[in-house]
Parts: sequence; structure tokens; C-alpha cells
Amino acid sequence: MERLNHFLALLTGNPRADRVVPPSGHTATLTGLTAAAMAFLAVFALALSLSTGHLADRWTGALARSATVRISAPADQLERQTSKVLEVLETTPGVEFARAVTSDETRSLLEPWIGPDLPVESLPIPQLIEVTEAEEGFDAEGLKLRLAAEAPGAVLDDHMRWRKPLIASANRIRSLGLLSLILIGGATAAMITLAAQAALAANGQVIRTLRLIGAEDGYIARAFVRRFTLRALVGALVGTLTGMIAILMMPAAAEEGGFLTGLGFAGIEWLWPLAIPLLAAIVALVATRAAAYRTLRTVR
Amino acid sequence: MRALRGAGGLIKFHDVTLGYADRDLLSGVTMKLAPGSFHFLTGPSGAGKTSLIKLCYGEMAARSGRIDVFGQDLGTLSRDDTARMRRRIGIVHQDCQFLDHLSVADNIALPLQVAGQEADDQSLDELLGWVGLGERASARPPSLSGGERQRAALARAVITSPDLILADEPTGNIDWDMSLKLLRLLTELNRMGKTVLMATHDLNLIRAAKAHVAARVLRIQGGKLQLAGADL
Repeated sequence: MERLNHFLALLTGNPRADRVVPPSGHTATLTGLTAAAMAFLAVFALALSLSTGHLADRWTGALARSATVRISAPADQLERQTSKVLEVLETTPGVEFARAVTSDETRSLLEPWIGPDLPVESLPIPQLIEVTEAEEGFDAEGLKLRLAAEAPGAVLDDHMRWRKPLIASANRIRSLGLLSLILIGGATAAMITLAAQAALAANGQVIRTLRLIGAEDGYIARAFVRRFTLRALVGALVGTLTGMIAILMMPAAAEEGGFLTGLGFAGIEWLWPLAIPLLAAIVALVATRAAAYRTLRTVR
Repeated sequence: MRALRGAGGLIKFHDVTLGYADRDLLSGVTMKLAPGSFHFLTGPSGAGKTSLIKLCYGEMAARSGRIDVFGQDLGTLSRDDTARMRRRIGIVHQDCQFLDHLSVADNIALPLQVAGQEADDQSLDELLGWVGLGERASARPPSLSGGERQRAALARAVITSPDLILADEPTGNIDWDMSLKLLRLLTELNRMGKTVLMATHDLNLIRAAKAHVAARVLRIQGGKLQLAGADL
């Protein structure tokens, strides 16, 4: 609470005390621009991170609720084994729905690779059975054992093989988004530290004079810290709002566009970017304070 | 040196040595500035006058010995304690050290501001009038003449009504008439009870001052501090 009060006091501040720091046009502009640019990038990194999170969830949800049974059997046994498998599936807890894929559907599935004139009926193509899981899911291992006993040509594919790398990719992109946020924060801190140090070095005479007339370190540091914190806050606010508008103007999520069209925030997530200016101000406060005290230690 | 020793005193040096890398600039300095006293500090250029003044308010640290200011051992003070101690000392430097982006009036009021006090406009006007800068209150320091800068620095040094005034070559860059004017302001402050230590290499100024104030003269010679006598 004390720290929060300290932070708020910095924002409200003492305008008379702030005047001891000379106005420095270009450092002020650069700090503001840096904070704005970093905040703009941070909004996109945050959107990327959240969107890929959703994507991973979607893929997990969509693929986790479907499975396929593939039946490879001699032609004379195929129909019997298909009926057997459907029976087994009907009596399996956790299976919501199961149906045999028709030969037309099989043809359309294979068409992109083999062409439109495929004589599906004359080829030894396995029979596919589409399985939709209930919310609670089924016991894949148990089902595999039952299928092996009842229909030896049936193989259950619960899509784990496909699902895993997709989810891993989405999670990795999400991690990269978070890493980008951390790097953006670090770069902001570094740039504001450099700007603050340049301002402190340029104002060595001011600092020496203030020490000479009895100013405590806290008084001098606060004057610099407040200035840089406010610059970073205002710059980051502008960058964040610009970033949010840019995200708002992105195309809406669409199947055809893949996940890129889904880049953005949903519902309450729109509040997340608003934390960026606050974080930028905190980063500026910590960076400038450290730079100010480092400089002050060189003046007796 | 016995005259320099004794109990009491706003500033007391006991066997103080100040050294740069390979040599001692000052050694075995023992002195005491009694409340209400006026001391000149003289000696050739580079003798260590400025260094001794800086030792008094903690801008330089002694290599050995002990310095007490207002009864506090400077070596034991924290940075903030040192800052608060400096509020009881008015310091006038040869180069004045102003904040050039603030007006003369704001610069003069600065010591009050950093101490968390409000400057009373009437008192500020009176102070500006006393140092003859009533018309220059809103000017920026770079536009002031050498004499005006020194008087503004003196006004800034006394605005908090300090017990002790340390002036380091305040007349170094100004003409004789202005030097006398500044000296008169310092002797006036001394008559008001302020303790004054003024470093100068101008022996004529010291001789001129003797008509107005009972001042003692300390001389730095060969790194030692001596009480100057009738030879001045």
C-alpha cells in the first residue's frame, strides 16, 4: 500500500519541485516515442499470445472430441466387422455418436490426391468410422482391446499423433508471445535508463547545486523519476491505444484465413492491454530511480 | 596554534589531513570557528582554501582527523543528514552554481523549497532589495553580471537564515567596488550574529575589512593552517 501511495504521489507530484530539472526537449520526445512504440508492439505480442492460446484450446477441443476407427479386412468380412465395430461403439461409455463413412465421402476425401474417377468400390480401401466423443470422453485403451477382440481388422485412431504437434506449436507460439513481452519490457527499461542517464549526465551541475543547498537524494531523484515516469506513461498510453485500434481493424476470425485472422482480443481480454501503460510507467520508475541514485552516489 | 584550539565552536577541525593521490594538500589542521566570529582564509592559489571550505560542509572527506559541524562528527553523517546539515550553512562559491533555467528569484528561494518550506514573497523582495537585485528578480542567471551573480548567490545562501556562511573567493571575478559592497553585506550578516568564513587571496580586501569587522585571518602555507598576525 505504501508503494502504491509512493507511486501515486509520483504521478500527482510537486510541480514546483519538478521545475528544478531543466526542460529537455529531445530526450522527452525520445522517451515518449520509445514508450509508445514499445507499447504498440506489446499490444501485438499480447494479442498473439492470447490468440494462440485460444487456438491451442480450439485444436485441443476439436480434435480431442473426435476419433476414427479404420477397418482393414477382406471384402467379404468388411461389412460384418463394420457392424460389429458400430455395435461395440454404441455400447461404449463416452461415445456420443458413431457412423460409417459412406463410399461417396471416402471418394471426396481421396479425390484431391487420386482424382475424381476413383472406383472406390473396387479398391481395397479401409472402411472408416467417424466417432464423436461425449463430454466425459471414452477409455481409448479399453476400446482398442475390445475392438481387437471383436473386430481384428479395426484400428482406433484418437488423433493423438496429430494433435500433439499442433498443440505443441500453438503453445510454443504463445510462449514466444510472452517472451516477446518480456523482451519488450526489458528493451523499454534499457532505453529509458539510457535516456534518464543522458538527462542526469547533462544535468550534473543541477544535481551538484541542489546537493550544495541541502537537497536530499530523494528530492532530487523524485524530480527526475517523476518526469520520466510520466513521459513513459503518456507515451505508452498513446502506443497502447493505437495498437488496440490496429487490432480492432484486423479482419475477423474466419475458417479460410486460418488463425491469423483470429488475432485479437475477446471480451474481457480487451482490458489486458490497458495494463501495458501502467507496466511501462513502473518500468520507467524503477529504471530512472536506479539511474538517479547511481548518479547521485558520484556527488557528495 | 593555541589560539585556534578550545571548547565550543560551530566548526571544529581536529588534526585533519586532506590528501590527493600522492601528496597531502592539508595536514594537521586544527581549528575552531566560534559562533558569531568572522574569519578570513587566505593563502596562495592552490594552497587548499577551497578544499578546506569544502571539508567544512562535507563535499570533500578528510583522509584523517575529525571534523565537527554544529557538534556533529561529519564522518558519521549519512547523505541525508549531510543534506540537512547543509541547510544550516549558507555557501557562496566563486562560480555561484545556479540553475540557469530558473529566474533569479526562484534560484534564491531554492534552499527553502528543497527544505519543504514556502518562500514568503515579501521576505524574498526584501532580500533581493538588500543585495541590490530588486529589479533583476525575474532575470535568468546567465544574464547577470559577475557582481550580480555573487550577490544573488549570497542572497540564496542567507535565505534560510543559516548559522554559518562559507564564502569561497566570492570577490574573485568582480571589481573592487563590487568586492567592497559584497564585503559590507557579509560584515552586516556577521553583526547580525552569523558566523562567517571567507576565503580570499585579496589581502587588500582583508585590510579594508578590518575597519568594519573584528576578523581573524587564517593562512594556509605549505599545507599547514596558521593564524596570521600583524604581517597582513
